[in-house]
Amino acid sequence: MELIPLVTAAELFPNGVERYAVGGLLIGLGVAVIYLGTGIIAGASTFLESTWSYASNLPRFNRPKYLGSRDWRIVFTVGIVLGAGVYALAFQGGAWTTDVQWWRLFGGGVLVGIGTRLGKGCTSGHGVCGVGSVSQTSLVNVATFMAVAIGTAQLVQAAGVSP
Amino acid sequence: MSAASDRGDADGRHPLFMPVILLGGLIFGFGLGYSHMARPEVVLDFLQFDDLGLVFVMGGAAVVSAFTFALGTRVLDRAPLTGKPYTRRLKSLDRNVLVGGGIFGVGWGVSGICPGAAYASLGVGNVPILWAIAGMFVGAYVQAFWRARTAETSVAPTASD
Repeated sequence: MELIPLVTAAELFPNGVERYAVGGLLIGLGVAVIYLGTGIIAGASTFLESTWSYASNLPRFNRPKYLGSRDWRIVFTVGIVLGAGVYALAFQGGAWTTDVQWWRLFGGGVLVGIGTRLGKGCTSGHGVCGVGSVSQTSLVNVATFMAVAIGTAQLVQAAGVSP
Repeated sequence: MSAASDRGDADGRHPLFMPVILLGGLIFGFGLGYSHMARPEVVLDFLQFDDLGLVFVMGGAAVVSAFTFALGTRVLDRAPLTGKPYTRRLKSLDRNVLVGGGIFGVGWGVSGICPGAAYASLGVGNVPILWAIAGMFVGAYVQAFWRARTAETSVAPTASD
């Protein structure tokens, strides 16, 4: 039997898959180190709320679970920044900066901030840890944000905004 | 096990608690840099179907976490540094999960950046990503402010029912 592929792997993955697969495994390893050592399932976006508790009296930010975790969440985030910095020094040959326009970063960032907190998690909380837990809630959340993000990005591209 | 250790509170923490959190963060951030997910352009290329490699980032990470959570919940007993029992990440499914996911999706599709990748992006030297991080803090504040308002206004009708 002979199959003629409609698209080749080179078209779907023009940069190969090694960098993506190795990077993903390392992200999972970071989650695993914290989980096995402490039993904590660490997502990246709770940091946004728990850190606000230092500056705001809003009840949402000052729940015991945020006050009790805000210090290690800062350490976790600093670790993410430094770890990426090690990558940049070792493999990137210095700083890299985006060409995506500032209003896309800021406006998109606001919506990401609202959405992750309303939806109980982000790409790491739902996407990595929740999917890894085979949580129905997380699978629903990831399917939703993935479909909406694909539609949004394609609309923005079709509107001629680049980058 | 006390409630304090359950939350990872400062009282009576194991001396290795913070070093392990930092080490996990370092590996996590290195992985985000290595995967190129810290670059909004790469995420946008994925969402526009120009390069589907990002499937392997989330997939690879989820496979490792699935294996680790299964190991923790089925084989191991309690975490050595906190005494916390190993659990899975299970949250209740309600309307907010859908609405929040939708809003998150619009934001991710517009900007190409999510929280963890944004912190890592700063680490690879991408100073303009501070726009996105500032936006995320603003968004987190907006929803907390809005929730506080809704909680106040929803008290009256409930009480009169």
